[in-house]
Amino acid sequence: MENEKILKVDKIEKYYGNRSSLTKAIDNLSFEVEKGEFVALMGASGSGKTTLLNCISTIDRVTAGHIFVDGDDITKLKGNALNKFRREKLGFIFQDFNLLDTLTAYENIALALSIQNISAQVIEEKIKKVAKDLDITNVLNKYPYNMSGGQKQRVASARAIITDPKLILADEPTGALDSKSSKMLLERFNYLNQEINATILMVTHDAFSASYASRVIFIKDGHIFDELHKGNDSRKEFFDKIIDVVTLLGGDLNDAL
Amino acid sequence: MLFKLSVKNIKKSIKDYAIYFFTLILGVAIFYVFNSIESQTIMLNVSSNTRDIIKLMMSILSGVSVFVSCILGFLIIYASRFLIKRRNKEFGIYLTLGMSKRKISTILFFETLLIGILSLLVGLFLGVFLSQFMSLLVANMFEAKLTEFVFTFSSSALVKTLIYFGIMYLLVMIFNTINVNRYKLIDLLQSHRKNEKIKLKNPIFCTVVFIISVIMLSYAYYLVTSGLENLRFAKDIFKPIILGCISTVLIFWSLSGLIIRIMMYFKKSYYKGLNSFIVRQISSKINTTVISISVICIMLFVTICVFSSALSIKNSMSKNLKTLVPMDLQIIKSANLDESDFSENANYKEEQISYSKKSIKDTLLTLGFNSDKYLKDYYEYGIYATDQVTLKDTLGVKYEFYEDKFSFNNFSASEMIMKLSDYNRLAELFNEEKYTLENDEYIMISDYKDIIDMRNDGLKANTSINIGDSTLFPKYDKCKDGFVIMSSNHSNFGIIVVPDEVLDDNMKSLSLMVSNYDVVSEEEKENIEKIIIEDLEKNELFKATTLNIYTKKKIYDSSIGLGAMATFIGLYLGIIFLISSAAILALKELSESTDNKNRFMMLRRIGVSEKMIKGALFKQIAVFFMAPLLLAIIHSIFGIKFSITILSIFGSNELLPSTFMTAVFLIFIYGGYFFITYHSSKNIIKVKD
Repeated sequence: MENEKILKVDKIEKYYGNRSSLTKAIDNLSFEVEKGEFVALMGASGSGKTTLLNCISTIDRVTAGHIFVDGDDITKLKGNALNKFRREKLGFIFQDFNLLDTLTAYENIALALSIQNISAQVIEEKIKKVAKDLDITNVLNKYPYNMSGGQKQRVASARAIITDPKLILADEPTGALDSKSSKMLLERFNYLNQEINATILMVTHDAFSASYASRVIFIKDGHIFDELHKGNDSRKEFFDKIIDVVTLLGGDLNDAL
Repeated sequence: MLFKLSVKNIKKSIKDYAIYFFTLILGVAIFYVFNSIESQTIMLNVSSNTRDIIKLMMSILSGVSVFVSCILGFLIIYASRFLIKRRNKEFGIYLTLGMSKRKISTILFFETLLIGILSLLVGLFLGVFLSQFMSLLVANMFEAKLTEFVFTFSSSALVKTLIYFGIMYLLVMIFNTINVNRYKLIDLLQSHRKNEKIKLKNPIFCTVVFIISVIMLSYAYYLVTSGLENLRFAKDIFKPIILGCISTVLIFWSLSGLIIRIMMYFKKSYYKGLNSFIVRQISSKINTTVISISVICIMLFVTICVFSSALSIKNSMSKNLKTLVPMDLQIIKSANLDESDFSENANYKEEQISYSKKSIKDTLLTLGFNSDKYLKDYYEYGIYATDQVTLKDTLGVKYEFYEDKFSFNNFSASEMIMKLSDYNRLAELFNEEKYTLENDEYIMISDYKDIIDMRNDGLKANTSINIGDSTLFPKYDKCKDGFVIMSSNHSNFGIIVVPDEVLDDNMKSLSLMVSNYDVVSEEEKENIEKIIIEDLEKNELFKATTLNIYTKKKIYDSSIGLGAMATFIGLYLGIIFLISSAAILALKELSESTDNKNRFMMLRRIGVSEKMIKGALFKQIAVFFMAPLLLAIIHSIFGIKFSITILSIFGSNELLPSTFMTAVFLIFIYGGYFFITYHSSKNIIKVKD
């Protein structure tokens, strides 16, 4: 695996509130993600993991520090450059799918490309391929309200990867899915990660989901608490290791299991 | 405490309330302006005649005001219901916190009260301001000179506005209370979780419906324009109206299904930028609002037609007057009345019969008016009638054809006949063309458009008429333009001019005279006018003389008054209709803003630029506003053509300036609502940094 760094988070801080009541959501946090990695960010609610993801995805701004994606400092981006960055470098997958209810699955996926002025013909070819990869060919002409949660999340995933983004950000992608759909989605993530070398950063509080990743970063109170590499472990072994750390982390993360 | 909450709520949701507030203010202002017209006419220097017309106009306007307040009342209730719906979640939270429904009603009561007071204040302020401009229009309408600017304020209009809107706001409060009492907590908290089912309509069925509705609409258009002669009775007009309404609904229904299909067919443009999203947004919205869009379309259509017709009546009336009323005075009197013309117990029977044998000049003398003293260019003439010459007779062989076509005409009515010498003398005075006739010739004179075609057909067939022993043939195969009785509009249905010797004095049915005032100054003119109008008509004997007096001033006044009346009522109704339809559209659009907020948020997350988002929002709202307007404009092209025909008696064939005025109003009011809607929506979907 080549050592190209897709994401570099460099000593970032994020404060909320004013001088009299300051909340440090992220406190001097740094890590890196290499190309082709599947990284899971774990932490309890309030640990700062969603804030971190929002900062990386440029939905929120950091108070201090820098975030580099593909070599560019995204904390310096503004206005249209931000939109261009989101459009071309990032793919998003959300807990609540974020599909447009007025559009069919096909049109939802196509939208990610059509806003980049890609021709209808190319769009069609690409969708055919990605639909096969994610096993959603038979739902392409359905509307979101006609699909199961798992199907919706796979459509959302298709929309996220179809632009060949440098980095796919997934925010609790299995949060609204049943265990069977979750498993299927995570296997697809693995497939995307291994077969088309997609770089995935997934936020989750679920050890089972995290066990599909190649690396897990644990966050507590705004800074990195621990980090685990899967290495040559089986998924089951990796899962047990994650559980151990979670136990160490203690508190409410246990409740989520 | 509750009052504070209300104030805070209004402050917080001021953006949501913008349309509601804007509508209320406009409603109040317009209501005040139109009800205060009377106070603006007070300082105008107009005749007592015009004053009467203004009185009539005001009573009609106050009748219209009741109708207007009904429309506004419905609009306000609709709008407030929409606003409450938007806040379901907020009320749900109040209820879960243990607040009673009564307290929520109280909050709403205070809110309505506050908004009501505020909108009344601002609206009245605006109304008083606008009514100052209105006085210019009023002066212009009644052709009175506004010598100096006077600030007017009508306390009666103020009180009326307060009462009417007070009642409306009271109704809103009652409706709100009823609504709150019907709330169920679960519905309030989950009201935003509504899965909208999107169904594509069957394209073949849509196409069929579309074709059928286009055919229906074309037939309705045909009926009111070239097929007009088939509309014999007033009730026939309902046929094209009903056809038009049904086809409007069907066109919107089928188009909402078809457009998406057609757009999807053009893949290249459909999958370009946000086009697919915009098309889906529009089609889903039109899909769910077919009926309201149709109603709005029809309201806009009525607005455009009423507006442009009302404005044009006034214009063309003023224009007609100059040519149609060339002299200062005309008096008409019955001639040769006899017993058979009266019912058994008629008053003044004897006197009327005896006066009818006299000339107008002599009659005036018995009333104490010496025409030689006051008048110049005096000419007295007669109109003759005989059973031998009826409309049927002048049509000749064409009669059967027209009897079928225009069954509303009385074909057995006697025609009006005139001596050639009388006509030529009149033509000299009126500045019209003079004619010569052979012994066996007649000329038909008419300026009433609709009747001319029919008469021309009769003349072309060389239809002869018999008067006494003579048989006369038409000299020309066309009606000649002209008139012999002064009036404010082209209403000469037909005068037959014949050689003098053909007519017998026994056939005389009307005595007429025309003349100018023998004066040099305006004061003298007013003096004579006063003598004629006031002194003569108040004379005890006047009723029995059967004299009908028309002065130039009288004709002008009543015509101007009529025109002004039509204009004001048209303006009033037009503006209210326009406001209502635009407000409903705006509210419909805004009511989906919450859904839209989520959708646009998703678009932002996948990297759509703000520019594209604004563009998509603009296009979406523009189409929503334009769709009903476009069809309404197409409707109006035919509707206005129809009203031209109906109004041809006023000679109004020049609709261009009034149509231009209509367009200006449309752009201002409709455009204003569009603008506010766009900006409110933009604010709603905006992300706060």
